Amino acid sequence: MTSTACFIIVSRNDIPIYEAEREDAAQLHQFILHAALDIVQDLAWTTSAMFLKAIDKFNDLMVSVYVTAGHTRFMLLHDSRNEDGIKSFFQEVHELYIKILLNPLYLPGSRITSSHFDTKVRALARKCL
Amino acid sequence: MVGAGKIKQNANVLDKPLGKGKQEVSLSAFAFLFSELVQYNQTQVDHISELETRLEDAGYAVGARVLDLLCHREKGNRRETRLLGILSFVHSTVWKVLFGKVADSLEKGTEHEDEYMISEKELLVNKFISIPKDMGTFHCGAFVSGIVRGVLDNAGFPAVVTAHFVPVEGQQRPRTTILIKFAEEVLQREARLG
Repeated sequence: MTSTACFIIVSRNDIPIYEAEREDAAQLHQFILHAALDIVQDLAWTTSAMFLKAIDKFNDLMVSVYVTAGHTRFMLLHDSRNEDGIKSFFQEVHELYIKILLNPLYLPGSRITSSHFDTKVRALARKCL
Repeated sequence: MVGAGKIKQNANVLDKPLGKGKQEVSLSAFAFLFSELVQYNQTQVDHISELETRLEDAGYAVGARVLDLLCHREKGNRRETRLLGILSFVHSTVWKVLFGKVADSLEKGTEHEDEYMISEKELLVNKFISIPKDMGTFHCGAFVSGIVRGVLDNAGFPAVVTAHFVPVEGQQRPRTTILIKFAEEVLQREARLG
């Protein structure tokens, strides 16, 4: 059971569209994740897989990334080593994201405001991480 | 209690599984819907080119969603990183799911390195549409070129996509060609990836 986790979804245009914190060290975590975006950019074109595993380290925190077909990035900052749990977490969130995307009234790249989505992501985080 | 009907619990869409979706949708329902879409947009614009732009934007929204959905459903979560990969994805998978068959042909342009063409004898969206003479080069296939642009753009291959009628000898109705012209950065990246 990890004590630190920060999850953000970044759109194709490098704008965060969703954030979820486990604790309240918000500023630093988001800074780390944004800094990792450059690495993701290059790495995304070298492989056709979606799960990019751990791509960056900061002190004892690791950044894991999952890139969707539409180049929306799911980034997770964590201190655990549970790769399978993280992979299944990403896959479940991906399904939720697709359901949000299918809404014709949702503008791709805009903030995800659904509170139900937030609840489900947090429940998944508790379950998988 | 007598008379108490079943209370319908509206499940949130996020709780329902994605599923395989409907394999088939009524053609006439789609034709009606599409014709309404075109007619509605006709009343909103002053100029033909604006009408094409609006249809293209409608298609773009579809393309953006189709890309993510199909990569998840059909391709088991593999992204396309190469030009030919994404083109054959559009030509086969997208066409098959949207129109029930793969596109007739996929060709590389001879004059320019960055041009590709997807040809179709008769686009499904144009099946029940005839263009009056005074509308010139207007093509309802702008909707389909919008879909293609949506898929390519969101996959990281920005391109200009247009639909054209190409007259064919011996055939009464002209063939439709979707012309895809990729942006410079796409070709550079392709060259870099080798």
